[in-house]
Amino acid sequence: MALLQISEPGQSPAPHQHRLAVGIDLGTTNSLVATVRSGMSVVLHDEQGRALLPSVVHYLADGRAEVGYAAQSQQSRDPHNTIVSAKRFMGRGVHDIEDLGHYPYRFVDAPGMLQLSTVAGSKSPVEISAEILKVLKTRAEKSLGGELTGAVITVPAYFDEAQRQATKDAARLAGLNVLRLLNEPTAAAVAYGLDNAAEGVFVVYDLGGGTFDVSILRLSRGVFEVLATNGDSALGGDDFDRRVFCWVLEQAKLPPIGPEDTRLLLTKAREAKEQLTDHADTRITCMLSSGDLIDLTLTSQIFNELTQHLVSKTLTPTRKALRDAKIGIEEVQGVVMVGGATRMPQIQRAVAEFFQQEPLTNLDPDKVVALGAAIQANVLAGNRNDNELLLLDVIPLSLGLETMGGLTEKIIPRNSTIPVARAQDFTTYKDGQTAMSIQVVQGERELVSECRSLARFELKGIPPMVAGAARVRVTFQVDADGLLSVSAREQTSGVEAHVVVKPSYGLSDDEIANMLQAGFSHAQDDKQARALREAQVEAHRLLEAIAAALDKDGTLLGDTERVALEQQMAALRELATKDDARAISAGIESLNRSSETFAARRMDASVKQVLAGHKLDELNL
Amino acid sequence: MAPDFTQNHFELFGLPVSYAIELGHLDHSYRKLQGEVHPDRFAAATPAERLRSMQLATHVNEAYQTLKSPIARARYLLHLNGIDTQENTNTAMPAEFLMQQMEWREAIEEAREAADIPALDRLLRELHNTASAQESHLHTMLDEHKDFASAAETVRKLRFLDKVRVEIEQAIEALEN
Repeated sequence: MALLQISEPGQSPAPHQHRLAVGIDLGTTNSLVATVRSGMSVVLHDEQGRALLPSVVHYLADGRAEVGYAAQSQQSRDPHNTIVSAKRFMGRGVHDIEDLGHYPYRFVDAPGMLQLSTVAGSKSPVEISAEILKVLKTRAEKSLGGELTGAVITVPAYFDEAQRQATKDAARLAGLNVLRLLNEPTAAAVAYGLDNAAEGVFVVYDLGGGTFDVSILRLSRGVFEVLATNGDSALGGDDFDRRVFCWVLEQAKLPPIGPEDTRLLLTKAREAKEQLTDHADTRITCMLSSGDLIDLTLTSQIFNELTQHLVSKTLTPTRKALRDAKIGIEEVQGVVMVGGATRMPQIQRAVAEFFQQEPLTNLDPDKVVALGAAIQANVLAGNRNDNELLLLDVIPLSLGLETMGGLTEKIIPRNSTIPVARAQDFTTYKDGQTAMSIQVVQGERELVSECRSLARFELKGIPPMVAGAARVRVTFQVDADGLLSVSAREQTSGVEAHVVVKPSYGLSDDEIANMLQAGFSHAQDDKQARALREAQVEAHRLLEAIAAALDKDGTLLGDTERVALEQQMAALRELATKDDARAISAGIESLNRSSETFAARRMDASVKQVLAGHKLDELNL
Repeated sequence: MAPDFTQNHFELFGLPVSYAIELGHLDHSYRKLQGEVHPDRFAAATPAERLRSMQLATHVNEAYQTLKSPIARARYLLHLNGIDTQENTNTAMPAEFLMQQMEWREAIEEAREAADIPALDRLLRELHNTASAQESHLHTMLDEHKDFASAAETVRKLRFLDKVRVEIEQAIEALEN
């Protein structure tokens, strides 16, 4: 029955409209975009009806970029300018890449993160990934008929801080509002679990093109609780191709080959691997630029021997994850297989043998991550209000600090549920010491030099005291995206320092703005127009959120408080109709501050409500 | 800034303040609370609410982890009673317990040298059983006898056992790599 909604003109929250939100699986080999339509998660296709977008970017001399199948068809012809598997380079420096010589690219050593030299200039993996994301964004907006509210982007669970930050930067560069970074195995578990009403402990074994993840989750009435995750962010289907590629080189006794032939043979190797999924053997034939003819037969037996160590390399992280989760193999309800590489029969056999049960392969291993991400995006955008779905994820790697002698002091251990915060006290070691250098590291090793350094910052202005008298409390906070901020405070004097940890390459807002600007011809105008549009969108988002909150819990405010808040809202609404981006931002700031008390009361009230619920439960026990 | 929570962790989850707790109730309350405060519920809310939600969810996680772990729960309970467990300062242990420690460390060393992962797994189980015995001891001392001094000693013992466990796990990991 339709009811009349009674509200003051101009103050009613906008009628609840379906917000357009998508889940994006930014994969090493292929990328996908999915959304929830009439309650169903679906993958969005391109105009030719294809779901997958090959994660390949081909740069042209005029600065343009082709993405996907068009780029893929260029990879053997123009290998330097056709970037495949850019995800492997996200947040990585040249020294991090083991087999540099095997790639047909011209690597540029840049501070923090490597770049690739192309005919369109040096490109960072962030920019390359942004090209892929832009295509998916356009695909989604065309298909859904409107601007996106936001996107959930998936990342390998074992991605570290630098890799996560790089992914977020790529999304911003593509003009996407990132609702959340979501771990790929968790996304897969959501798609699988909701589909099958699964309950109990599940393992997600996710072998993608370039990354391996394993997550152990407990599923209970819509709550997906990650117990532990582990993996290898440089192990995937690509490595199986590479083994075949090396085998071909050996068998054919080839002299060193050029980048075109490298790319050609890698493609042939990948095709051979795919053939062996349902054939006992396959032929690899091709003509190299030197005129050499390759004609070899690869049997699945040889392929298994070539890749045996890669298969067992996935079981080590699996054992670690089980140990961290304190879960025995007999407690595992099911093993969900994710990622195209899990189609390989030897992988399925190894997993079946390890877990003593047949893995679950009834979902499309290429699509399940995007489908799960779309479900989460739909929840985060506020389209689903039934509070049924809750994801409790963990950080994959321990976070710590460098202490005396280059040793790591762990502050937050791996597999802690996020969001999480921990504090630890340190002191000065010299008389009169007035500054303290704080190095933040990520990893499991005891030596700082073997962990990944995330940031270094200084706490200055400590009043001179005798050694050991200062009390410096260092606080780590990891948010729901798994991203870290660190602050330090000297307790006796109140001197404070704070960093949002951005890896050393970290793009500043200005750099992002400049990169965006470079894409436009009327730079200045566009930049201003964009800033104005963003401020207006932000203002409306805030107004809508507060209006909805007032509608629901307005009674938590006294009359005067409510009037004051509504005046501020009216002021911002007025500002948002004008074209002064700076004034709008100031209005947002001030409304934000004014709503803090209301926010705190609302949250506390809802917690009290849950607690009141407990008491009732107890009475019923 | 810490959220304005006046309740202790037990009260937060609607549990009686005691060492013995119903873990099922803890899990249930935890999920219910996170369902209310988790940042995923506030993705479209105001920045003030998003911040508050992150702080509350962080607090709930911390409280849950504290109560879920027997050693952390005992430590917390002692702390509520004004007792410091002195885990870093008081290393005095009964001789018998120290002997046991040395035996374990030797066994770890032997297994490590022989690359014997099953032996390390067996040690891990043995350690687990010893820890479980100590944990039920905690229940007696904390809930029944209110003998906080000997509970604190048991917490220190469990801390030792935990270090041995980490050592075994590291040895296994090193061998697996």
